Amino acid sequence: MSPPSDSATRDAAAASQPASFGGMQARSAAALNQTARIAVRNLDFFYGDNRALKEISFDLPERQVTGMIGPSGCGKSTLLRVLNRMYSLYPGQRATGEVLMDGQNILDADVDINALRAKVGMVFQKPTPFPMTIYDNIAFGVRLHEQLSKAQMDERVEWALTRAALWGEAKDRLTSSAMGMSGGQQQRLCIARTIAVRPEVILFDEPTSALDPISTLKIEELIDELKRDFTIAIVTHNMQQAARCADQVAFFYLGELIEIAPAGQLFTAPRHQRTQEYITGRFG
Amino acid sequence: MSMQEHTVRAYAGELRRLRELVARMGGLAERQVADSVTALVRQDAELATEVIGRDAEIDALEREIEDFCIRLLALRQPAGADLRLVVAALKIIHAIERIGDYARNAAKRSIVLAQQPRLGSLNGFQRMARLVQENLKGAMDALVNEDAARADEVWAADKPVDEVYNGIFREMLTFMMEDPRNITAATHLLFVAKNLERIGDHATNIAETVHYAVQGQALTEERPKGDNSTYAVVRQQD
Repeated sequence: MSPPSDSATRDAAAASQPASFGGMQARSAAALNQTARIAVRNLDFFYGDNRALKEISFDLPERQVTGMIGPSGCGKSTLLRVLNRMYSLYPGQRATGEVLMDGQNILDADVDINALRAKVGMVFQKPTPFPMTIYDNIAFGVRLHEQLSKAQMDERVEWALTRAALWGEAKDRLTSSAMGMSGGQQQRLCIARTIAVRPEVILFDEPTSALDPISTLKIEELIDELKRDFTIAIVTHNMQQAARCADQVAFFYLGELIEIAPAGQLFTAPRHQRTQEYITGRFG
Repeated sequence: MSMQEHTVRAYAGELRRLRELVARMGGLAERQVADSVTALVRQDAELATEVIGRDAEIDALEREIEDFCIRLLALRQPAGADLRLVVAALKIIHAIERIGDYARNAAKRSIVLAQQPRLGSLNGFQRMARLVQENLKGAMDALVNEDAARADEVWAADKPVDEVYNGIFREMLTFMMEDPRNITAATHLLFVAKNLERIGDHATNIAETVHYAVQGQALTEERPKGDNSTYAVVRQQD
């Protein structure tokens, strides 16, 4: 197992805090953290001539969940694709401004994109297992970045599946094809695959929109669990999901960041009229 | 904040209905307050009995609205201003229910008082009743019209109520000292005055809740208060 070194300390700190309504207190304004794992500054994004993001500035606080909501076409998925340079795969798409991680602007041309994507993992809307065994689905990505012995790899696979709350269901069928799993299991497998390379940031793009309610709750529970070790950004069309999962929520509209606030505030008393209209379902 | 209609029309209708139901409950309570004091002043035991009987309507409406709110929360999962409205409604109907109880209690006492010699003019009671009724109506209007400024006015307007109450308090103590035979009536009247004073407080609480529902932020200042009867001492003059 390769648990993060400081998790024990954090557990102790959490245990010493006064009892509260589950995680809700942590998601109130006062508790919002501190250190930005990724800092976005004056980000503009273009699909050819079309400006899809306009002067976006905000932070992804370390080990917090940032929810991104907004109507279709508002730029939230585009933003997610900027954070791991996914857009670089497509000609004609470009970003200006700064996305700072570890003091480096990841938009710079000389950034090692493979290294970046190992640090910033992504989980997609539809589960995308590779047509191979469950074990190999996890090991595949790890082999690209690290050379591990068989024993180390076994350990890593078990760790990733455990963290993705899939070990119990998968441990007796590691050599079976991943394609035989249920949708919810496949999505958790994709999460396991993402965390197996030990990223620092995980981007979720509508991770549960193809899943049933119980699988959805399992993923949400998992996200809550994962934020102890990872910084998380989640794009979702489901506002209740953002309310349930996110520490801070960003509302985007027509390529602009309209409002970013702790989830508790954004869903009870948003500052902007647009946000108010969107979260209450009054959108034209 | 004036907003677009909700995308789901049925939901918009439900929120409107919630406002109307709460306003109707508030209207019933206003009438109870007015009638209980009229019964007192006119020594009209029949009207007082009616007031006592009508309290059940307020209680029934409270249960209906509470059920309605719980259903809205469960089925619509309201957020933002809608959520604040539903939560505010739950708090407001509780306050109105208390107002109804105070009015009923005043009515009960006015039945006893109808058989007692009159003490003074009871003008103070009419004045108090008018003031708290106005405040209650103002708070309800503020709710229906989403008018935070109106709510703030009501919130700040409780002081005159307290002042009349202080006057009645002293007046009643004086009656009791003048003649022990006044004690029964004066004590009941003191309770009626206290009931009206509490009704006034509930009206300002409602205004505070409306302010939160409309603005999204609680009123944090100290409310202007004028009730100092807690510290009142009346000395017998030899």
